[in-house]
Amino acid sequence: MSETGFIPAERKPPALSISLGSLRAQGPLPLSPKIDRTLLGVAIFIASESVFFLAIVLAYVAYRDSGLATAKANLDVVRTAIFSVALFASSGTMARAARTRSGAWLAATMILGAIFLTGQGSEYARLLGEGIGPGSALFGTTFFTLTGLHGIHVLAGLVALAGLFIANLGRARAVRASAWEAVGFYWHFVDAVWVVVFSVVYLGTFL
Amino acid sequence: MTAIPLWVRRPAAERAGWLRTVDHKEIGVLYIGMGVAFFAIGGLEALLLRAQLATPEASLVDPETFDQAFTVHGVTMILLAVVPLLVGFANYMVPLMIGAPDVAFPRLNALSFWLSLVGGIVLYFSFLAGGAPDTGWFSYAPLSERAFAPGTGVDYYIVGLAVNGAGTIIGAINLAVTILLMRCPGMAISRVPLFVWMTLVTSVLILGAYPALTAALVMLLVDRQLGGHFFDPAGGGQAVLWQHLFWFFGHPEVYIMVLPAMGMISEVIPVFSRKPIFGYGFVAGSSVAIAFLSFGVWAHHMFAVGLGDTENAIFSATSMLIAIPTGVKIFNWIATMIGGRLRMTAAMLFAVGFIAMFVIGGLSGVALAVVPIDQAVTDSYFVVAHLHYVLFGGTMLGIFAGTYYWFPKMTGRLLSEGLGRWHFWLTFAGFNLTFLPQHWLGAVGMPRRVFTYAASTGWGPLNLISTIGAAILAVAMVVFFVNLARSIRSGEIAGDDPWDAFTLEWSTTSPPPPENFASIPAVTGRRPLWDRKHPEAREKE
Repeated sequence: MSETGFIPAERKPPALSISLGSLRAQGPLPLSPKIDRTLLGVAIFIASESVFFLAIVLAYVAYRDSGLATAKANLDVVRTAIFSVALFASSGTMARAARTRSGAWLAATMILGAIFLTGQGSEYARLLGEGIGPGSALFGTTFFTLTGLHGIHVLAGLVALAGLFIANLGRARAVRASAWEAVGFYWHFVDAVWVVVFSVVYLGTFL
Repeated sequence: MTAIPLWVRRPAAERAGWLRTVDHKEIGVLYIGMGVAFFAIGGLEALLLRAQLATPEASLVDPETFDQAFTVHGVTMILLAVVPLLVGFANYMVPLMIGAPDVAFPRLNALSFWLSLVGGIVLYFSFLAGGAPDTGWFSYAPLSERAFAPGTGVDYYIVGLAVNGAGTIIGAINLAVTILLMRCPGMAISRVPLFVWMTLVTSVLILGAYPALTAALVMLLVDRQLGGHFFDPAGGGQAVLWQHLFWFFGHPEVYIMVLPAMGMISEVIPVFSRKPIFGYGFVAGSSVAIAFLSFGVWAHHMFAVGLGDTENAIFSATSMLIAIPTGVKIFNWIATMIGGRLRMTAAMLFAVGFIAMFVIGGLSGVALAVVPIDQAVTDSYFVVAHLHYVLFGGTMLGIFAGTYYWFPKMTGRLLSEGLGRWHFWLTFAGFNLTFLPQHWLGAVGMPRRVFTYAASTGWGPLNLISTIGAAILAVAMVVFFVNLARSIRSGEIAGDDPWDAFTLEWSTTSPPPPENFASIPAVTGRRPLWDRKHPEAREKE
């Protein structure tokens, strides 16, 4: 048996699914083979990421009172809401892209994600221009950390989408279904985190 | 001398090369190699600390060096030695034990190892970049803020730990998916070896705990590099938030380090008692209980903070509760040995040593869970003694048991039993000599993390005994390393199943081939290899 470091993708990991048919006769299989290992891996990753965001959100909430006045005075809730709609809509286009394996819908998702980031960038520029930064006061520290970490996750999602888009341009059939689902899964997660962040940070200013 | 290919049985010309291997066994060995190297470094740091403390008012090292040494010693042993050692054994053994050809994501597996290693290197690079972190392994704010730690040491601590943690998290995802989806036919979750159970529970703990550390590290980095105020009381922040986040990670981390070692001795004790484990379900279930409780006890590290009596009482109670599932396990192991045909090999000696030492560490832990006791001895050598009974007397003895047990599988050769006995007894004597006196030192008030102490305190003699113990411990480690080095090259040939063991890893060659098994095994019980060897005595399900 000769195996060296990088084994061709189609041979690796040694696929359990290939041997399932012949093995089924030998006894009960441990878990439904219908569970895709990539999706389960992404699901566990997302669960772990949720703990990470929970900690950051809790820190924001813990310090909310001392920054509330600044937040009320300086956050443009309506404008951010409009950009948020772009991100929320991108979950719809992503679902559509994954269902139809459509590069066009994938591109639409990326554009919507980029619009959201543009909105966030311009908001950062405005706040920094007004002298509110991560070092200015507690509001700036918590606001830029929480929204910034979310923004980095959106950016990572865009990279993943771009990777999927390029792979799909090349040999669309070679892209596994689980890749579409996994990227989509992550994108929906990033979107869901924004629902929480938007509620806590922006809608919270009305409370 | 026959040439036995080490670690993986493949022709020499087809070796993958350590830098680009994605084989779970080779990555497991890389992890173990990393753990051993950092264990040696961390051990030398500990010897430096003990040498300085051997006599009162000594000045072998300056206070700054001392602070850096105990900080880096703690981080090294916990995150760069013990965790990689345990993850390494899990990497090597879990796929073999569940009859899988590899882990679920082999390339991701390589990534997690290299991230873990790079994180460690980043931390150690701080020595070259102007000084290592000197704020203690838990790096409390505001001491770790820029105002009080102006050097770059803490920044290297932040980046190193975050990168190392990312590797550990990815590794945990990989192991969890492997255990959930890659088990061979018949290997129901109620049949997997207990080491696999412990690895699964540990993975869940890692996935829940490490992100809290990452979040805390990011906040500290924002404070230090962007002038943030998360933990800066002057800017409205709360230093206690760091403690909450850190210990939300830090306490599960204890079980991340202990549970896999418990899994190791849960393999060793039955095999060398010639009996199945007593109460398999209780051993597995109590681990789930420990994992669950471990997320609800973190503030017992903070009894001295002044959270309030109600909070302290709640966390005191949850901490004491953990003694119940832990005690269940102790009884399970003892009941496994009762009536068994015991073979006191080096592996078994270390496993029994684990039980004895861990009970002492556990009892001092219950004592520390009592708020008034904790407030009396907090930040004293009593705590140092307690944590070393858990992590050295417990975890490290468990790892040694696992090493003597599995080394033959990984290399094809047995470790020397004679040297193994020397290793065990020197370790046992040296360990107790080092850490038992520290209970008294703590009880009479010697604070931890002090660079020296006055002769008039009367702490000199016990400190000297402790340092002598550390020297004996160092000799024991030399014996161990000699044993490793000699046995790798010229140890007795082990064969596939030198211990007449129970589980699947012993059904393949030693070392196993790249694909692990010639054909995917089918399993009908908890001791698949035993069942195959003794079809007449097949375990009743």
